Amino acid sequence: MTSSTPNADISGAGKPRVGLFVTCLVDMFRPTVGFSAVKLLEEAGCEVDVPMDQTCCGQPAFNSGDKASAKKVARPLIDMFADYDYVVAPSGSCAGMIKKHFPELFADEPAMLDQVNALSAKTHELVSFLTDVMKIDAVAASFEGKVTYHDSCSGLRELGVKQQPRKLLNSVQGLEISELSEPESCCGFGGTFCVKYPEISGKMVGEKTDDIKSTGAKTLLAGDMGCLMNMAGKLAREGSDIEVRHVAEVLADMTMEAAPIAGKKGEQAS
Amino acid sequence: MNVSTSPKFKENVHGALRDESLQRALGRLKTGFRDKRLAAINNLPEFEALRDQACDIKNHTLENLDHYLLKFEENVKANGGHVHWCADAAEARETVLRICRDKDAKSVLKGKSMISEEIGLNDFLEKEDLKVVETDLGEYIIQLRHEPPSHIIAPAIHVHKEQVADSFRETHKGRDPNRSLAEPRELLDEAREVMREHFFAADIGITGANFLIAETGTSVIVTNEGNGDLTQTLSRVHIAIASLEKVVPTLEDASSILRVLARSATGQEMSSYTTFSTGPRREDDLDGPQEYHVILLDNGRSNMLGTEFQDMLRCIRCAACMNHCPVYGAVGGHAYGWVYPGPMGSVLTPSLIGVDEAGHLPNASTFCGKCEEVCPMRIPLPKMMRHWREREFEKHLSPASMRFGIKAWAFLASRPRLYRTATGLAAKVMNKMAGGRGRLAKLPLAGGWTQIRDLPAPQGQNGKTFKELWAEKQAQKARGSK
Amino acid sequence: MRNSAKVSSRDAILGRIRQSLGREAGQYDAPKDVLDRLSAPKSNAVVPARAQISHDQQVALFEQMAIDVNATVVHTAGFEDIPREVARFLAEHNLPARVKTSPDVNISGLPWSETALEVTAGVAGPEDAVSVTSSFGGVAETGSLMLRSGAQTPYTLNMLPDTHIAVVKASEIVGTYEEIWARLRTEDGQGNMPRTFLWVTGPSRTGDIEQTIQLGAHGPRRLHIVIVDDQAS
Repeated sequence: MTSSTPNADISGAGKPRVGLFVTCLVDMFRPTVGFSAVKLLEEAGCEVDVPMDQTCCGQPAFNSGDKASAKKVARPLIDMFADYDYVVAPSGSCAGMIKKHFPELFADEPAMLDQVNALSAKTHELVSFLTDVMKIDAVAASFEGKVTYHDSCSGLRELGVKQQPRKLLNSVQGLEISELSEPESCCGFGGTFCVKYPEISGKMVGEKTDDIKSTGAKTLLAGDMGCLMNMAGKLAREGSDIEVRHVAEVLADMTMEAAPIAGKKGEQAS
Repeated sequence: MNVSTSPKFKENVHGALRDESLQRALGRLKTGFRDKRLAAINNLPEFEALRDQACDIKNHTLENLDHYLLKFEENVKANGGHVHWCADAAEARETVLRICRDKDAKSVLKGKSMISEEIGLNDFLEKEDLKVVETDLGEYIIQLRHEPPSHIIAPAIHVHKEQVADSFRETHKGRDPNRSLAEPRELLDEAREVMREHFFAADIGITGANFLIAETGTSVIVTNEGNGDLTQTLSRVHIAIASLEKVVPTLEDASSILRVLARSATGQEMSSYTTFSTGPRREDDLDGPQEYHVILLDNGRSNMLGTEFQDMLRCIRCAACMNHCPVYGAVGGHAYGWVYPGPMGSVLTPSLIGVDEAGHLPNASTFCGKCEEVCPMRIPLPKMMRHWREREFEKHLSPASMRFGIKAWAFLASRPRLYRTATGLAAKVMNKMAGGRGRLAKLPLAGGWTQIRDLPAPQGQNGKTFKELWAEKQAQKARGSK
Repeated sequence: MRNSAKVSSRDAILGRIRQSLGREAGQYDAPKDVLDRLSAPKSNAVVPARAQISHDQQVALFEQMAIDVNATVVHTAGFEDIPREVARFLAEHNLPARVKTSPDVNISGLPWSETALEVTAGVAGPEDAVSVTSSFGGVAETGSLMLRSGAQTPYTLNMLPDTHIAVVKASEIVGTYEEIWARLRTEDGQGNMPRTFLWVTGPSRTGDIEQTIQLGAHGPRRLHIVIVDDQAS
């Protein structure tokens, strides 16, 4: 891993302390992404800690209109992560929830304002944290073949994650990016949307998988587990042998540690 | 009036997804609108600054809405026009009818107006034995087909040319039955000819308004066909129907917003015709309407002011949100079940017909944020859809299963130890069910997911969660360092 | 609907607006910034830089933008050349040699008899296929013609005929819409507008059938702009 100009804030003091917000989907469905994040952060010079009492960012409740439940889940995080220099999540969606929506969620509690804003200010999505804060511009990883990259909506539009993953992927040995024709169009996941409106979601993810197939890539990457599970599940249902992985697994050179999301193809799902 | 099918949104969606002709039409949104918009804004370096400015102008206007409306009224009157304040759709319809009756009118020409759709004006006037003809080609096509518009600036976007030809053959009697109507040009030429007869025979011309200008008492329409101009110029009486929030302070303010309107809508630098109409024809004018009326419609707008939905009143009806919306792009406009489709409709419709009626609309969004990204007036559409979900939740309108699910999940997620146990268990069960294949084709209670796609199973190592594995590692490390 | 009901709707709507905006009872006068904005309208801060160029460049930009939206453009040295140009254009496009001009003496008083055209002045009717009108001006930033209605310039001429030939003086082409409003206020007095003021940006068009752009929907199919180079450059 190389950095162009070490961040002044960081090079001065000791190692920056990062609290990893694992996210509920990574915790339950894809631990490798969590370990990839830890590896990338440590290699970038951070000290990483994982608060064990973390659960979820509260987004499912927030987006369902249940603010009370969202607050109930969100509130403990504010204390839990108060002492870290940074909070990093391997998800634009969950990082966006904390960074952009916590201040909105707690807007009616002036007493919380300072704490919430402080948390918001130091929360980052993993890949953009590596490039924009830690000034990393290359990783020590190799991955043979053509990949394509889907820009997950929250990361892209709430946090401006667009060039950062491409920049680091371009430093991966043997990797070639073949862009989607519509990399910024939504995959149709949308949290509870995909189960509330499966037909619309199905149409959207179908268009996405068509686009993915037409790139000729053998691997699909993205930075959010929700989108990845949606697209991987659809590709699997269609019998495609395109493999799906979180971008962190490739950047951390940990693709040998786990089979792709939704497993190797060629066998029917049970 | 104007019954909605919004409660049947899911059924509408089911039909729309299987409608091949609709799907073909929706496939043209990219080249027809999105690519053109992108080219237009790339051609104007100030576009982002113009968006901010347009947004500021509207915010200022909304904060002073009473003052600007009164000034507008004063100036319409000073120019010899009439202003009719109408609280709701029924009052607006009655007011239009009264003007028609006063003038002993038989026929009404319509320029394209979404407000007229909102108040269900055509059906109402037809029931009162007035002949109503839509003059915008798209509106004319859907009028012949007895359909509502499926898009706010391209109302017949869902109709293919063979269907247009069928409607024309059926309606335009006395023409050669063997004439060719295969090409868009032939269809347009016939419509133009037919419409000419209507233009010269009209008593009343009704248009909408893109802007009302307080400084001068002017109503503005923006069109490409020129039908709105002929409608309002050749008729004896011009009625402009507009909702309250269309007012802007000055000619300069309208011009500033016009710089983002067409570019966002059709990707044109400016629409073909931008028409500023003030009062009736002047004494020495050789043409133009003898009377000028403005219907100022509230229909719920005043109640949106000062609430979390106030920003929606900045909307200039450019349709960029629906042109870019993946949900609109999948199902088209009719599925939304009322007048306004797409993201702007998902926010506005619940305000106008009630969230109990239109509850699906703000829920049928992934919050991908594309609509807000392209909205020239920077309306936070996803945020406002979320506000509707909050209102639904408060009013107990959301489905009981969903409410229960969220509450149960929040109960767990706010109890870390219990959460760890439960998720650990769930991960292991799913992992076992997948039997090493890495995915599940079916899972109880997850029908909405597995109807469409497999569910990736929690990854190997027997479905241990990250936190379990992390704890093991930390423990190993601790032992190792002893 | 009775008159009293109308009055009450006005009051009810204003009442709701005032309540929503948090106005205090009786404090309904417009604040100074609102009054100033209305009494001395100003250009907003952001105006496209593309038209902030020399006048000659503005004329060239106007021409290019108009051509980009399917208008045709020619220059003539003076007004007296217009009849010949109109005759040439109509012959070239195989159009009838019959035109309706605006009663404006600048147009109707031209030496039309030098051509074989049949020329009358007045409002447009169903039989008129070609119109020739004067213009209030042109705006370079989008190639838009500015047309006002009036006794000399009936509105129907802009919209009914299949072919609209519009004459604009180079000296009256400006960069932006704001410059047009400033001139209109100077000429007509602030707050005064003609019945209709029209911006024309290219000929009539529609995309309503399968999003295929067709010219000549209800308004003119052809827009031909004659720029009279009335200034030595």
